[in-house]
Amino acid sequence: MAQITMAKALNTALRDAMEADDRVVLLGEDVGTLGGVFRITDGLQKDFGEHRVMDTPLAESGIMGVSIGLALRGYRPVPEMQFDGFSYPALDQVISHLAKYRNRSKGAQAMPVVCRIPYGGGIGAVEHHSESPETLYCHTAGLKVVTPSSAADAYSLLRQSIQDDDPVIFLEPKRRYWAKQEVDLPVATEPIGTAKVLRPGDDLTLVAYGPMVKVALDAADAAQEEGVGSLEVIDLRSLVPLDEETLVASASRTGRMVVVHEAPEFLGMGAEVAARVTEAAFFHLEAPVLRCTGLDIPYPPARLEEAHLPGVDRVLWTVQRTLDF
Amino acid sequence: MDHSDEQVRLLAEDGALLEHDTYEVDLSEDGLRDLYRQLVVVRRIDVEGNNLQRQGQLGIWAPCLGQEAAQVGSARALGPEDWVFPSYREHGVIYVRAGMEVLRVLALFRGASLSGWDPQEHHLGLYSIPIGTHALHAVGYAIGAKWDGAELCVAAYFGDGATSEGDTNEAFNFAAVNAAPVVFFCQNNQWAISVPLSKQMAAPVYKRAFGFGFPGVQVDGNDVLAVYAVTKAAADRARDGGGPTLIEAITYRLGAHTTTDDPTRYRTVDELDTWKAREPIGRYRAFLEKAGLFSEELERDVQAEADRVAAEVRAAVEHLPDPPLSDLVDHVYADPPATLRSQWRRFEEFEAQFASEA
Repeated sequence: MAQITMAKALNTALRDAMEADDRVVLLGEDVGTLGGVFRITDGLQKDFGEHRVMDTPLAESGIMGVSIGLALRGYRPVPEMQFDGFSYPALDQVISHLAKYRNRSKGAQAMPVVCRIPYGGGIGAVEHHSESPETLYCHTAGLKVVTPSSAADAYSLLRQSIQDDDPVIFLEPKRRYWAKQEVDLPVATEPIGTAKVLRPGDDLTLVAYGPMVKVALDAADAAQEEGVGSLEVIDLRSLVPLDEETLVASASRTGRMVVVHEAPEFLGMGAEVAARVTEAAFFHLEAPVLRCTGLDIPYPPARLEEAHLPGVDRVLWTVQRTLDF
Repeated sequence: MDHSDEQVRLLAEDGALLEHDTYEVDLSEDGLRDLYRQLVVVRRIDVEGNNLQRQGQLGIWAPCLGQEAAQVGSARALGPEDWVFPSYREHGVIYVRAGMEVLRVLALFRGASLSGWDPQEHHLGLYSIPIGTHALHAVGYAIGAKWDGAELCVAAYFGDGATSEGDTNEAFNFAAVNAAPVVFFCQNNQWAISVPLSKQMAAPVYKRAFGFGFPGVQVDGNDVLAVYAVTKAAADRARDGGGPTLIEAITYRLGAHTTTDDPTRYRTVDELDTWKAREPIGRYRAFLEKAGLFSEELERDVQAEADRVAAEVRAAVEHLPDPPLSDLVDHVYADPPATLRSQWRRFEEFEAQFASEA
């Protein structure tokens, strides 16, 4: 088995998808010659040419609108938004057209577009480079929202997303880009829409996705060591579709759940998970589902981000509040 | 393609044919007569749309009264392989391109469906109500077609208001950089709801093209022959690999923005009268008369055709059934999330209570 970073896994997924289907094209700012600011598209323009890996003008709405036109022509575009904080100019195209085109054409016109967005904080970045906009996309019917937490899932979920006939917002946890995992590519993991129990436990379920999966796993280890309890950790893997079944089964068994994410708490994924689990597993719950999230604030300056982002200590503190309830 | 400041015109206001150095009309006598038929039928469909809205059969209607030459002339210049990305007032274009498929637009304004058509069937993008956004779809399609070596062009229709939107300008730039086979067709009808041209822009639309690096042409949008000729030249140029062209067709929205609008609140009777005198169908009919192509028989046939189409539109709209409830969810995803499926099952349970009571 090889040690592979998430960045390499994503790069390989793009390469393999392009080799498998010549209608797969990449476009975005700096994705060609430079290979992307995170090098996720490194070497692809050299091997596939300027058409299939297109450096575009610096205009995110343009990138998304052109991707929609390419999909109408029968291409499977994979546009890149350079950073979470710069994806907002494309929101009108995403909400008004990308998400709705199938529905507005009575199912006649598919929109097989995968919009890749590096997201999340924890890298000490300057303003507008650390945001977690997933709720905006999850709240938009017609989209799927997928986010891997490991190299293997990054590869497999991206391949699956590119094959999907529905538009996918593919959120890449940028602070995990350089984390390595033992894996041989290609690899096929569980399908989109399936959450995964990464670590079984008896006393409480931690739910996380993307960048917070590592934090949740570390918190579970610490809880074990410190005798706090046996924590189960679930990686959502896709936010839409949401694997309610796995969540409800776990909560029904452990009776307690904490949802962890970087995005603000208010109307975040934690609220959705809590509402669903409360409805479906009400009589099995020993405590309300709690959330451990970013504060309800604009993303702070880098020197304060550690306080803003859930870390092992705050997760454990929330776990204790749940256990003490 | 010229960069001159001249507004291209092939018909004087009295219908006299004008000489032009660059543009000419390649239509046969039958083709010229057919153009008249299309203008008259489009106006009749438009009037019928207004009437149907007033009678409560449509929720809203966006009339194209006064813009028939811009729409019919440009659409006639496109071939069947070409694509059109319309805004929301383009029923004239759709009638020329796809005949009675224009009924889809009436279904849309009735609220019986969303756009509802298959874009691939008539090479027609969905109606785009968010202003200017679809110009980018046109450019994306055109870039893809160019990669495929397809010999076609893509026409994006939008209005003067849309030229203020970022997306329209991004579309100009993406098209220019990629030399995409696009015809940007701006119907400058002088008003964006209540905002006049003078508050929308400080320089003519067509001149913007030069800054982006491609030709712009201003044409008399109420001169159907000039619109046809200018669009044909731009479309040929695009198909031949010459890249995009921006056409600014100067016209006037003689009707309201939509049936919810009251244009007497923002524009004068004098202005309206001035443009009524320039309306395109009378001018074209005068041309046909001068050219010896007009006859009472033609007029009879054309009016009979317009009556027939209007009756068909009316009957179709009045008999349009409400969509089934399943239209709410059936087309949102190719593969709907389990949460949507379970929500729908619960909704069906709710609905079933009333079925058993009935």
